[in-house]
Amino acid sequence: MTDLSDALQEPWSDLRLQREAVGLGMWFFLASEVLFFAALFCSYAVYRSFNAEAFRIAAAHTKLIYGSINTALLLTSSLTMTIALRAATARLQRMTLFFLGLTVLLGLAFLVTKGLEYYGDIEEHLIPGSTFPLKPAATEIFWALYWVMTGIHAIHLTAGIGVVIVVMLLFGREIVPVQGSTMEGVAIYWHFVDTVWIFLYPLIYLGGRT
Amino acid sequence: MSEMTLPFAPAEHVGASSYLDEGHTVLSWLLTTDHKRIAILYALSITIFFFIGGVAIGLVRLELISPTGWFMTSDEYNRAFTIHGIIMVWFFLVPSIPATMGNFILPLMIGAPDVAFPRLNLLSWYLYVIGAGFTVYVLLTGGVDTGWTFYPPFSSNYSNSSVVAAAAGVFVVGFSSIATGVNFLATTHLLRAPGMTWFRLPLFAWSMYVVSLVMVLATPVLAMSLLLISAERLFGLPIFDARVGGDPVLFQHIFWFYSHPAVYIMILPAMGVVSEVLPCFARRRVFGYAFMVYALLMIGIVGFMVWGHHMFVAGQSPFANLVFSFLSFIVAVPSAIKVFNWTATLYRGQIGFEAPMLYALGFIGLFTIGGLTGLFLASVPIDIATTDSYFVVAHFHTIMVGGTVSAFMAGIHYWWPKVTGRMYHEFAAQFAAITMFLGFNLTFIPQFIMGWLGMPRRYHMYPDVFQIWHVLSSGGAAVLAVAYLLPLGYLTWSLIGGDRAGDNPWQATGLEWQTSSPPPKQNFLHPPRVTSAPYQYHELGRAREEGEPTSVSGQGGTS
Repeated sequence: MTDLSDALQEPWSDLRLQREAVGLGMWFFLASEVLFFAALFCSYAVYRSFNAEAFRIAAAHTKLIYGSINTALLLTSSLTMTIALRAATARLQRMTLFFLGLTVLLGLAFLVTKGLEYYGDIEEHLIPGSTFPLKPAATEIFWALYWVMTGIHAIHLTAGIGVVIVVMLLFGREIVPVQGSTMEGVAIYWHFVDTVWIFLYPLIYLGGRT
Repeated sequence: MSEMTLPFAPAEHVGASSYLDEGHTVLSWLLTTDHKRIAILYALSITIFFFIGGVAIGLVRLELISPTGWFMTSDEYNRAFTIHGIIMVWFFLVPSIPATMGNFILPLMIGAPDVAFPRLNLLSWYLYVIGAGFTVYVLLTGGVDTGWTFYPPFSSNYSNSSVVAAAAGVFVVGFSSIATGVNFLATTHLLRAPGMTWFRLPLFAWSMYVVSLVMVLATPVLAMSLLLISAERLFGLPIFDARVGGDPVLFQHIFWFYSHPAVYIMILPAMGVVSEVLPCFARRRVFGYAFMVYALLMIGIVGFMVWGHHMFVAGQSPFANLVFSFLSFIVAVPSAIKVFNWTATLYRGQIGFEAPMLYALGFIGLFTIGGLTGLFLASVPIDIATTDSYFVVAHFHTIMVGGTVSAFMAGIHYWWPKVTGRMYHEFAAQFAAITMFLGFNLTFIPQFIMGWLGMPRRYHMYPDVFQIWHVLSSGGAAVLAVAYLLPLGYLTWSLIGGDRAGDNPWQATGLEWQTSSPPPKQNFLHPPRVTSAPYQYHELGRAREEGEPTSVSGQGGTS
């Protein structure tokens, strides 16, 4: 265990317990995040039940192709993240770094695609306000929620990418050993951001296309 | 007793290496990851905000002496009570007991060297400071006038004050509570000393556990509600705008989904403190320990299901009103269990009237009044008559100020010798405790009465018939102000001139009393082992009668 002693942090006396704590802490934090998004999903559900027709009309103007590409990118990034975690557990440092790098690239590709989609949305004036093209009025609520939901998800993803990059630096310079507790926390967070998208995708892109 | 099996070094030797001596520079405090120092950082910050919030309401009470107002415009008046609400709720009450006493005592109480994530703990304080920075900015830019509840459409479309900055401050400070909550949960799960089983946890530790759960699960919902009104205000996204089919009441639902559990965030820690203080000063084991734990858990859980009672008059369906009313009545059951158990703890105890006990007894009385008036408000017809009246104001202040602040003061006095190693002036503290109780009742009993008579809350001007009640209430507020300033004086004095406290001046059980005062950086020089349930005061009790504290085996250097 000597090579692991520098992975141990205050106040823990053994690494197994520390890893358990990081996992547990991350799950509690994610419980909090679930409730954060739950308020948003709840608002969506309420407004959709009030304005079913308006939501159908509004959702038909979302860009399915970008959404679908992004779903594929993000699900693949979860795969590479899982491989990175397995590699870290097996202490394969270079493999861990490689797959973390791949995860970052997939995440960035998601953001680029999302940016292109936003550009298209803005071109079509799909921002609630005086130039908003759709009718009836409640379509504005769908698009307001669209911007908030995808925006907050993108912020979470950006934070995730940032954290993965920092972790790669720490691993690369061997400040933190790969098999420590860090990797698990990062992986759980990444999967969570991915999971949120799995719910966003049908609500935003598939709802208006039955 | 005998919760420790290892003997401790005498206090004189460890005194030299207490957590206070680990560095004297400002930086050694600002970059500390020691839970005890972070607790003190928190205590200083929340004290500053308590007095800012206090000045705001002092001005309001002064203004309300005259039925037509005399030195504020209505706009200034709105801003004064709003900043009072925002500061007192999020920058004092929510972090008050958990971030100070929870931070300091919880790890000691369960025999841990620190919290699970010490750096996250420091980060939570910095988040608090950033949130506080936003609030100071709001103060300097003229304040905010929406009331602490930020209801749209006023907050989203019409208010001309710093709504977004105020919301940002609350948003950020919310993440500070979440960080604290996550930390305490992981700490309680994984860092309990050997032998410290769940049902040997002192009730304060249990209250910290339950309150952490509520913080982690409720606070994010508040964050989202504030984010949505900010998005509406900044970018014109019409989420709560009724003109396009949005629903302002939806905001109220989301907001109160946090803010009702937040009431329990404020009161559960107070219950925890009182559950420590009462057995110690009555020299009795807590009555019905297991039920005290279940009651905490039940309040925490049912607290999530009652938010709708804030919307009885907001156009909620009668069926929803009925359900929320029923569930609100249910909360009274565990609350009553706690009150009866505290009372039963006193029965045949050897009660001493030291300051912590006076505050704790004050808590029980005021909490009972606050709780019983809560039953009035849980009943739909009475609530419809008293909605937005001073009756409601008096009700929740009785819980939050009469209850939580009393318990906060009880805890400060009870653990003061442990934190600082010094004793405070007992008579001064008893005097302050009694003054606070009297001042509190003088402030809020008139508010109950005028609320019942129909005086609405948040009104700047009022009919002359209410003046007598407003004047009485303002007089009470002045007494209360004195009672809050007194501890600032004698507690500060005790740091310089107070007698040295022994490791265990109250002859209390609990692991935190088994290490030196103030504790060393790593809390315990030898890892503690726990061999019995908490509150074993029965065997200790007689020691007071004989007038001489007996050293109980394993208690270390108490004398």
